[in-house]
Amino acid sequence: MSENLPLFSAQIRLETCKMLAHRGFGHLGGALSIVETLSVLFGEKMNIDPKNPNWDQRDYFVLSKGHAGPSYYSTLALKGYFPTEVLYTLNENGTNLPSHPDRLKTIGVDTTTGSLGQGISLAVGIAKALKLDNKPNKVYSIVGDGECNEGQVWEAFQFAAHQKLDNLIVFIDENHKQLDGLTVDVSNPFDLRAKMEAFGFYALRVDGSIEKAISEAIDDCFAHQGQALCIVLDTIKGQGVEFFEKLVDNHHIRFAADSKSELDKAIVELEEVVSKGGAV
Amino acid sequence: MAIVFAKEQKPIEMRAVYQNTLFEILRDNPQVVVMDADLVGASGTAKVFKEFPDRCINMGISEANMIGAAAGMSLVGKVPIIHTFAPFATRRVYDQLYLSGAYQKANLRIYGSDPGFTSGHNGGTHTSVEDLALMRVMPTATVLAPADATQFAWLLKETSKNYGIFYIRASRKGLRDIYDSSSTFEIGKGVVLSEGSDVVIFAIGEMIAEALNAKAELEKVGLSVAVVDMFTVKPIDVDLVKKMIVGKKVVVTAENHSKIGGLGSAVAEIMSEEGSGVKLRRVAINDRFGEVGLPNYLQKTYGLTADDIINAVKEAL
Repeated sequence: MSENLPLFSAQIRLETCKMLAHRGFGHLGGALSIVETLSVLFGEKMNIDPKNPNWDQRDYFVLSKGHAGPSYYSTLALKGYFPTEVLYTLNENGTNLPSHPDRLKTIGVDTTTGSLGQGISLAVGIAKALKLDNKPNKVYSIVGDGECNEGQVWEAFQFAAHQKLDNLIVFIDENHKQLDGLTVDVSNPFDLRAKMEAFGFYALRVDGSIEKAISEAIDDCFAHQGQALCIVLDTIKGQGVEFFEKLVDNHHIRFAADSKSELDKAIVELEEVVSKGGAV
Repeated sequence: MAIVFAKEQKPIEMRAVYQNTLFEILRDNPQVVVMDADLVGASGTAKVFKEFPDRCINMGISEANMIGAAAGMSLVGKVPIIHTFAPFATRRVYDQLYLSGAYQKANLRIYGSDPGFTSGHNGGTHTSVEDLALMRVMPTATVLAPADATQFAWLLKETSKNYGIFYIRASRKGLRDIYDSSSTFEIGKGVVLSEGSDVVIFAIGEMIAEALNAKAELEKVGLSVAVVDMFTVKPIDVDLVKKMIVGKKVVVTAENHSKIGGLGSAVAEIMSEEGSGVKLRRVAINDRFGEVGLPNYLQKTYGLTADDIINAVKEAL
């Protein structure tokens, strides 16, 4: 059943802000930039059954940029994999919600990720295995633009292209920042779409804050069979909460003073958006 | 475990054993996939890659992605068997093996070939003297160093039926036949190759032949020497070590690996916890890098011959 995607995005964003407000710190920026993509995937595209998380006909999701765990967890909770109250246990001693996803701890998480560069290899492996078995399941993986500093990512891309893994969509979340600053300043990624095309992918670039654009890009990709598929998401680190979009150092935030009151304000605003059914 | 010792020597290259056994495993289990990182020619597996073109995957020169992709495949039911040279199979991809592999409970068999002096003309860049140490310290990993062709084939087949992280280190060349091909083993259980009352030598891989040669020489001077094949370096056979050291004058470990972190360390840990009071001599590579040369030259240079074992025993006595 397809969700009202703008509403689902607002709900994911709200739960993500609430869980990090409760914890007092966390990877807010990179979690928020993928909210709309999570919304489209889990709200519309993915063949999943939250009541049966190990269903063998499910589509797989690999969050290669594992530090965005909080919005992933929010999405899973909202889909009913586990109660939303569990979100408040993020990073508590003994929790099932570590800051980076762990398939052995969290219901609905397919792969353990967080050491950057490794998730995308898991994703290409899953996609290859499914192809070997002629299975129709799809695989979706989100890689960070900063994560593309890792050489392993490019090994995995080359493998995906060589093997023509057209059952996998590689999303690159181009939120233009990494921990130490702008990607162009730390290690310039240049034109990611052109690079992916040069690697042999059918590669698109869309506004990663617009559900419709993401959804159409996914359909466009799957219409191009016989080739590896990539969607570069043009996003903003901290997407959807103006204060955090503008905050320079927004990779991992300890909420205090201004940032705490701004986060609380965002929660109130998002609650209002959600109560109105997603309309802004 | 049903051990029958080899009655004659007809050693075949380990890479031939690898390919022959892969044929068998691939035919028996449709979930098995074989991966190599552009060393199909070196591992002697061209025929099996040709016969199973879908399930044998040449990953190209990208070891990190090979381990990660193999782990991913295992999460949806595949049973990967992976080969590359020992240094690339361990230290180059340690975090991939650790996190994508062991930490998330993936299912991998990794054959790291040509460890220690067997890297020969590939030289220091291609030499691993630390693979056992690295893999020992990885939680849940099983670390194996087969003694001969029979044991290598058995381990490949056995680990393909089990779930976990299995590191198998072996030369690509032939080793002295220790076991008859009818032998079966038990992972985690060492094999006593010969009993003896004065000295016990715990050995692995290429060093088993050296230990047996050393035993023959030491017995000429009146010493009674036990030799044990400790092919499972982790989990080490604690009970067997405890049993075999009783009453001995000297305990020797012999491995084609660094003195630090491998078989010698594992045995030392048990002996010291036991408060055994028995002298231990570790015949191993003495905290140094590898270099280029013929294997028999490197073996001498690294101090890994029967003479080195004999000298260690005599010095301790």
